Amino acid sequence: MKKNWPILVVDDEEVMCESMAAWLREDGYRVDTAPNGQKAVELAKSSDYAICFVDLKMPGGMDGIETMMEIRRVRPEASVIIITAYATVDTAIQAMKEGAQEYIVKPCNPQEISMLVSRILKLKKLQSENAILRKKLTRQYRHHDIITKNPRMEEILALTQEIASLRSTVLIRGESGTGKELVARAVHFSGNRAEKPFIVVSCAALTETLLESELFGYEKGAFTGAAGQAKGKFELADGGTIFLDEIGDISPKLQADLLRVLQERRFYRVGGNQEVEVDVRVIAATNKNLAEEVQQGRFREDLYYRLNVIEIKLPPLRERREDIPLLAEHFVQRISSELGREISGITAAALKLLIAYDWPGNVRELENVIERAIVTCHNGMLDEQDFCWLQKKDSTAQSWDVPDVPLGELERRAIVAALERKHGNVKEASAALGIDRSTLYDKLKRYEISHRN
Amino acid sequence: MKALYLVAIGNVPEQVMDWIESTAAEWFPVPIRRLSPREIPERAYDANRKQYQSVEVMKLLAQIVPPDSCRLLGVTDVDLAIPMLSFLFGQAQVDGPVALVSLCRLRQEFYGLPADESALRSRLTKEVLHELGHTFGLVHCNNAKCAMSLATHIQRVDEKDERYCEQCGTQLVQRFSSLEAEVI
Repeated sequence: MKKNWPILVVDDEEVMCESMAAWLREDGYRVDTAPNGQKAVELAKSSDYAICFVDLKMPGGMDGIETMMEIRRVRPEASVIIITAYATVDTAIQAMKEGAQEYIVKPCNPQEISMLVSRILKLKKLQSENAILRKKLTRQYRHHDIITKNPRMEEILALTQEIASLRSTVLIRGESGTGKELVARAVHFSGNRAEKPFIVVSCAALTETLLESELFGYEKGAFTGAAGQAKGKFELADGGTIFLDEIGDISPKLQADLLRVLQERRFYRVGGNQEVEVDVRVIAATNKNLAEEVQQGRFREDLYYRLNVIEIKLPPLRERREDIPLLAEHFVQRISSELGREISGITAAALKLLIAYDWPGNVRELENVIERAIVTCHNGMLDEQDFCWLQKKDSTAQSWDVPDVPLGELERRAIVAALERKHGNVKEASAALGIDRSTLYDKLKRYEISHRN
Repeated sequence: MKALYLVAIGNVPEQVMDWIESTAAEWFPVPIRRLSPREIPERAYDANRKQYQSVEVMKLLAQIVPPDSCRLLGVTDVDLAIPMLSFLFGQAQVDGPVALVSLCRLRQEFYGLPADESALRSRLTKEVLHELGHTFGLVHCNNAKCAMSLATHIQRVDEKDERYCEQCGTQLVQRFSSLEAEVI
């Protein structure tokens, strides 16, 4: 993946710049040239160069050392190699002191340069793999790890920054695979609790009793098999954040227990009689419409309001299609590196196909699709053929599971959904439903739906 | 149909040009033609290094590309270099119209050994394939046996086979057929 490691050559002599660039291009690198320090820094701002060859002596303006310092200020990761025609110990020492990776005297043997470049890039590749693996291991994603240029997502990211250091409870809504946990982590790791634990509990995965002891811990002898005291997730998250995923699935008893913790920040371990006090920020997530669950009597209204202090609603991927190319390129780079496959990118035709697909499984599905394509790809570039099975999957008509409810209820749900999608805009919602505005107003009144909500 | 042109820059034995012509004809399915020899530009000579600046020779080649040429390969017997590197076996524009090879460091005499015609011919074949490969978009290959692998000293040239590896060969054929309508 040499094209992923661009190189910059900086020299006031055009012959030197162009001949060196031509030689490196024969090796498959993308090479830019700059005739002076100012131009070099300008280029470094827009391109993430892996290596910069900088001539020490450049008449007028910035010299090689100044250029190197400026480039390193803009791109701390860039390796700078200082080139000089006259070697002196003093300049070599100064260059190395200021952060030059290497100091070479021209002309030098082609083997020397070739080995130097491959040694630096080998190190960079390892560093990049290490960063990816470390991030994966600690999963300490910050807001800049969420890749987007979608205005709604950008608003959400700005909001995560604003609320990061508050203790207010956050409710994140969104379909499966839209990145609810990633946003919760961004909130936690951007705020003043970042150094404290971030504990994840998947509420749907456990039965009521298991979830209770999982959340609140238990005392010795609380139940058969409770051989000793155990801390629950709330205690483990003390000082930090607890992320309650799929909160819409918890039982009425646990809803009551949770409400007490949210109100008082205190609870009893299972089988215990001593109160435990904790300082925990709660972030909950659900793919259900909790307001509707409240209306149906399946979710406590008081708990809903306790949780819904700050609401974040994540758009599905099909409503942020402009992010698909960005996300796809990101996954190609990350997954090919993890799997040790040399995949340089995705063809324009394949991207078109990905953009057109509806992504019911959202970003998670896109990630899995890219991984599958990388595993089966044989020519170093993902093309339409690598995603042909996706088209087939898409073309098989998706069956619509109509729930067993009265027709009126279906209509009510369709109206609520349309209003949600259009952010309460009645004109747009009525157009989406194929009815006129006055008809929609009649129906809103009939079903007692407030479009302002 | 556009042709692949050869041109001698300075004194190059006719026999060497014949070798190159037969190598080119074996690998590239286009007519092979020769331009009349050209003098090496005086400004190319670097008296301090006692070598010739390859960039100046490449500039000359770029000026004399015939209109019916798909690629132009210059051949010279002088020692080539660029400001950054102490020597070059040859140079090419990746995906561009011109390339250059030098016989100087391919000769056994350069290393103080007796002349060896078969070694020279073998090395020249590899370098011609290498530089012309660049002009058709190939970059250096990791397979040390492939003509497209990077040779930074003469032993590395000797380790190569007088051919492209399977992968580079396939890429070259694909590249050639996609360029066919455009350049030939």
